[in-house]
Amino acid sequence: MARIFAYIAHKNGMADDSAVELLAAAKKVDAAASPTAIVTGLGANLDAVCSTLRASYGEVWKVASEALAYPNAELIRKALVKIVPAGSIMLIAHEHFGIDLAPGLSIKLNAAFVSDVLAIDGIEGSNLKVVRQEFGGQVSAHVRCDISSGAVITVRPGAFKPTEGVALGGTVVDKSSEVSALTAGRRYLQTVVAEAGDVDITKHNVLVSIGRGIQEKDNVSIAQDLADALGAAVSCSRPVVDAKWLEKSRQVGSSGKTVKPKVYLACGISGAFQHLAGIKGNPFIIAINKNPKAPIFQAADVGIVDDILEFLPEFTNKVREMHSVSAK
Amino acid sequence: MEILVCARRVPDTSENEIALNSDGNDIERDELVYSINEPDNYAVEEALQIVARVGGNVTVATVGAEDDEEILRREMAMGANHGVLITDDAFAGSDARGIATILKAFVQKGSYDLILTGVQAEDGGAQVGGMLAALLDYPFASLVNSIEVVDGEKLKISREIEGGNKEISGIDLPCVLSIQTGINEPRYVGMKGIRQVASIPIPTYGATELALGASTVGAAAAKVTRVDYFVPALGKSAEMLEGTREENIEKLLELVAAKGGLK
Repeated sequence: MARIFAYIAHKNGMADDSAVELLAAAKKVDAAASPTAIVTGLGANLDAVCSTLRASYGEVWKVASEALAYPNAELIRKALVKIVPAGSIMLIAHEHFGIDLAPGLSIKLNAAFVSDVLAIDGIEGSNLKVVRQEFGGQVSAHVRCDISSGAVITVRPGAFKPTEGVALGGTVVDKSSEVSALTAGRRYLQTVVAEAGDVDITKHNVLVSIGRGIQEKDNVSIAQDLADALGAAVSCSRPVVDAKWLEKSRQVGSSGKTVKPKVYLACGISGAFQHLAGIKGNPFIIAINKNPKAPIFQAADVGIVDDILEFLPEFTNKVREMHSVSAK
Repeated sequence: MEILVCARRVPDTSENEIALNSDGNDIERDELVYSINEPDNYAVEEALQIVARVGGNVTVATVGAEDDEEILRREMAMGANHGVLITDDAFAGSDARGIATILKAFVQKGSYDLILTGVQAEDGGAQVGGMLAALLDYPFASLVNSIEVVDGEKLKISREIEGGNKEISGIDLPCVLSIQTGINEPRYVGMKGIRQVASIPIPTYGATELALGASTVGAAAAKVTRVDYFVPALGKSAEMLEGTREENIEKLLELVAAKGGLK
């Protein structure tokens, strides 16, 4: 059986949530596996992460280097190629760093590559059987991956539920000396923090959230009217920001804001996982979409198949009527 | 600056309900509306804007079949100087590594300072750009949402990271960048524009021109194979309101009020 590794992202001395999810994914590859965590970085933060991971991983490989103080995918790829044995299975979280690292790593390890995996159905012969989604989550696919020369697998955040772990008391192995003289054609300069917008969507109990189904900028007022009537704010999914119909500060999702409302009205939003990743706190989700197959209906509590451009104005009128009745 | 954009023609998920065919081994492709993969269109626009600032040429290439010519013409109507169709029966069944191998062979036929791809395809997973870069030993950055040409040898780029934050880096040329949607506002292409480029010949490259054998591309070389498509079993699925619009609105009002959503 191939050796399994998990590359652990971390920040401020804390391992990313994906650390335990990758462990769960490794157990789906091989229930008997004892996967090894690999952590790169520098100094006390790196040591803190390695120490934490000892509770869940039997072995933790620590790679300390001045060059790896900031996670630069090209440098980390070069470090991993030096230390990961041929034929290994490498698990990486499918987020912005994993997307940067994994494809090139698979080439340099001469390993198969499957990205954004949602489920792992184990090994059959020399093949690993996994599940992916395509077309914005409208359909899923069973995928077979020949792992005879190893594999790099990126795992969708949130897809693998952490298993109750026993405290392993694993060992930390310092691999730093095997990694030296790293150079890259890309150099980190700085991080620019997102600007605060005119409306703070993270502070609202009710969000009227719009997606591609709003169709054009002039229609945004339809959602704003409903939000005004409900005392809510208007948020949105990525295509609305891409089209410049709303500011980036209104975007809910992994590349936007994380919100925790009580009620979330998803209007003309298909429900890509990157969008759903930004909705926390288990709100009551109402989905209105004219495509009955939209993945949002799997995440919502209540669904209505309808055209939001017709539905929302009528709904707004009803809310206003109700207010005027209760005011009398 | 010589820029190559690798693009694909895909079923447009904003225009289609994707369903399975009767055998379950593919999606139902009859009557699907195809278009250029959306992030690829942003990549072409970005290439055109760079060339407008610093000079150069934009070539758009796709690995596909005859039908895929339509997206090349569309991007040429936007302003791309050249379209190239990379096609061969021997390429069928290639996995992402196979496609990256084909593109590498094509890149090495020319001389490009910058190679752009869309961040991911509708039926893909953000794979080919990073693989192509590694095969060429070029630097790579994914999720790029701004590009500034510093000089003839370097770019200053921004990547989209968590929470809407931006990671700024310098990167050496030649390099491969995968472009995130929203980086620019792609220009509109009308039927007239497409007619104007309708008669421009589009060169094709096949396995022979690119000196590619079955050991590196096509189904035989693929380590990753899609077995079938399926519609996932619903987890927590929504209670669907199936009344008239008026009834649905009444019900929704009750629900919103019950959940504390009315001021």
